[in-house]
Amino acid sequence: MSTTDRFDAIVVGGGHNGLVNAAYLAKAGLKTLVLEQRHVVGGAAVTEELVPGFRFTTFSYALSLLRPEIVQELDLVRHGLMVLPMANTFQPGYGGEYLFLGADGHTNYHEIARHSVEDAEAARELSHGVARAARALKPWMDRLPPTPMSGQPEDPAAIDELKAYMAGLDPEVRSLLESFAERSTAEILDEYFEHDLVKALYASSGIIGSRCGPRSKESGLVWLFHKMGDYDGVPGAWGFHKNGNGGFTQVLARAVEASGGSIRTDAPVEAVRYDDGKAVGVTLADGTRVDADLVVSALDPRRTFLGLVDPGDLPTDLVRHIEGFKFQGTAAKVNFALDGLPQFPGLEGREDIYRGFTNIGPSIDYLEEAFADCVEGRYSRRPFIDCCVQSTLDPDMSPPGKHIMSCFVMYAPYHLADGDWDSEREGLGDTVQETVEEFFPGFGDLVLHREIVTPLDIERTIGLSEGNIFAGELFESQLFFNRPAPGWNQYRTPIEGYYQCGSGTHPGGCVSGGPGRLAARRILADRGLGS
Amino acid sequence: MPQTPRTTPFHARVAPLKQTGIWKHWSGYLVPPSYHFSLNHEYYAIRNAAALLDTSPLFKYRISGSGAEAFLCHVLARDVRACRPGRAQYTCWCDERGFVLQDGVILHVKEGEYWLTAAEPTLRYFRNVARAIGSAVEIEDVSLDYGILALQGPRAHDVLSRLTDDATPLRFFGACSTRIAGCDVMISRTGYTGDLGYELWIASPDAETVWDALMSEGGDYNLTPMGTTPLKMARMEAGLLLMGVDFQMSRFAWVDEERDTPLELGWSWMFRKLDSDDRDFIGRSAIQREMEGRTSRWKTVGLAVDWDEYEAVHTEVGLLPPRHEIYRETTMSVYRRGDIEWDYAGYSTSFATSSLLRKPLAIAKVPLDLSEPGAEVDLELSVLHRPRTVLARVERLPFFDPPRKTAAMGGDS
Repeated sequence: MSTTDRFDAIVVGGGHNGLVNAAYLAKAGLKTLVLEQRHVVGGAAVTEELVPGFRFTTFSYALSLLRPEIVQELDLVRHGLMVLPMANTFQPGYGGEYLFLGADGHTNYHEIARHSVEDAEAARELSHGVARAARALKPWMDRLPPTPMSGQPEDPAAIDELKAYMAGLDPEVRSLLESFAERSTAEILDEYFEHDLVKALYASSGIIGSRCGPRSKESGLVWLFHKMGDYDGVPGAWGFHKNGNGGFTQVLARAVEASGGSIRTDAPVEAVRYDDGKAVGVTLADGTRVDADLVVSALDPRRTFLGLVDPGDLPTDLVRHIEGFKFQGTAAKVNFALDGLPQFPGLEGREDIYRGFTNIGPSIDYLEEAFADCVEGRYSRRPFIDCCVQSTLDPDMSPPGKHIMSCFVMYAPYHLADGDWDSEREGLGDTVQETVEEFFPGFGDLVLHREIVTPLDIERTIGLSEGNIFAGELFESQLFFNRPAPGWNQYRTPIEGYYQCGSGTHPGGCVSGGPGRLAARRILADRGLGS
Repeated sequence: MPQTPRTTPFHARVAPLKQTGIWKHWSGYLVPPSYHFSLNHEYYAIRNAAALLDTSPLFKYRISGSGAEAFLCHVLARDVRACRPGRAQYTCWCDERGFVLQDGVILHVKEGEYWLTAAEPTLRYFRNVARAIGSAVEIEDVSLDYGILALQGPRAHDVLSRLTDDATPLRFFGACSTRIAGCDVMISRTGYTGDLGYELWIASPDAETVWDALMSEGGDYNLTPMGTTPLKMARMEAGLLLMGVDFQMSRFAWVDEERDTPLELGWSWMFRKLDSDDRDFIGRSAIQREMEGRTSRWKTVGLAVDWDEYEAVHTEVGLLPPRHEIYRETTMSVYRRGDIEWDYAGYSTSFATSSLLRKPLAIAKVPLDLSEPGAEVDLELSVLHRPRTVLARVERLPFFDPPRKTAAMGGDS
């Protein structure tokens, strides 16, 4: 038990926000160390070669909300950033019915018009509305959130500014924002569309990673959140990073090291050490101590406040809030190594249908039934599956002629009413495979290998509590002022020199880097190093 | 085949005639930007012979029922009651704030039945309005049911009258149904070229038959198939605005500066009788306020570039003044002339060098005090990669307006 090293800053957790945060701190001249418990950095954004030649995006699998400022400020292009377009979306239905959207608005019009001419017109209107609503929130996504509880003069000023900003918005945009905040995805979609398949295509964004169905009130905001990003300036569109999101976090790791930061893997942190209310360093699981008077937790709020430090040393209202912070992971991954491309009846041989998201979940009712299973405490008997055959975008993802398919699966509640995830794991895998088979006959014959990642596996492997992929639900009660707790939404903690920078802070989940960047701004400003 | 462009009902005829091998997309359909390497060949067919254009990608609607007129009186900004059966009308529709949603041509086919063409979809919007006011109206999208051909040019009537006598009595913006080559066809004396011309609605299954009849009879009059680029050159001379170029649909704008009111587009003539017009149409109060308060932010005008200056800025640097088949839809800045340099005043949205009129033309948005015919402004060009300005004068639109456009073709006029 000896101190082996001393740094200016230690970032606990090498997820993408930890890496972003560390890169900014290192760039500001701080001797920075990232400590990652696993053998590889990236957290939920990792790519792993589980079968020779097949690269699995074990957890996170697509990119959209990455803050453009980070790309510029950390010079990520120089470090290998390459985001490939996921231009197409394929929504299989029953009996050969499908919806196949691509990059051309007019062509998409005619494709939707096959199902409903009115819906085809409405789709453009909705997309424009969503883009405007998302654009309206962007300035607030990219700045330090104020809190009414700080007692600092800049906070009430920022809150007044926010109020004035909202009041000054185009009334149409404001009422759309209110819609997203107060209404369910299904309710909003009912206003625009009549055809089930069309509604279902849009509804998936409203449930991703969240314990809500398309008819739950919370789903409106979840939907808008997923549309806050862009692909190359196309609002709400998503991309696939070369080599998966693990490829992206390797880019971040290079940015950290290029700025003089260090990364240590296989280095799980046991505790943050503090003395007299001030951070002094960390202790690793093997007893090694590393000193620094600046420690940043990139872990989720539960582990940041209740795991790494003694909650007894924290204000009780904060502890109570964090204890009540909702994680309740409901998503799983099942990833497949495939001998060839799945075939959709009538579109055999069409590779282009996979160049993006393939949404299995052909109606609102289907999604809602899947959610009903979740409420009952079991995984969905017919789950919603968001598939990506990433080898159609990046040949390095699989051996030639073979394919890798990432399946994001909902719902898979962390807390099962009966049994446990270790005994239910294969059953979940079978269910997903059967469901894909139902829409893509012959799918099962293509499967060479499958990887099943339950919410429990997510928690165990990368430490996200209850397997919540956003480090805490993206519900209104857990955003902005309240992420992760009222008064503690500005990346600080009650322990001086101990900060938080994970997705459990503003602006929240997805591979945005926003929390890591804003936390760095907070830290550097507090240390007089900010601009 | 999903995610491939659609083809029009005339595709089998169009494709083999296209010498350039180039297609473009229009509302998700394959269309030729031109058939021939010489754009002017097709352009002069419009001005000197006859040209045939497939405009089937337009959205087509049938609006019918006992409440059709009342519905259209509400949803359209221009008074549709002036459009009697057997007449057509150029019209526009606005949002509540008086910004233009779209323009289009409506045919009053018969009592209680109208056909409308539009550049962008409007079925859901119209139905939503009809539902909101409880109109006894049926609005159908018949876009796939019909192909449309535009037969334009001084010889258009000669060609058409070989196939039907019904075109002859049609006055400008008259419409009637007839039979051509054994097929039912709705014809209107309308077009997007500012010349003599007709547009034909043809049931999709009859499309090739009617095309063949026109091409066969047109041979004697140098009838030429025409693509969309020569059409756009002609429409500029005709002072006809193009949505998506000279103005945007209000619905898809991000900010008000991307929106235009009909008055700002120069369409105040649509509202000449507003005082005696009792209609409660969408956008009325905003338009009325704008008229009364003269609060238009700009006006859309024609600019004719001074040839001497245009030539000079090019010859000064050793270049020939470019004027062959130039048609552009990119913004160019307009400046106020005077002591202040680069005194920004507005912008042009379309620019073309008119071969017939021998001068460069632009459609531009300028402040009201610069909008009267004769007003002088500077238009910014890029000459040898450097910004230069040339004198341009506001001209009354259309730039080109031949008497034959509206002249009687015989029969009763």
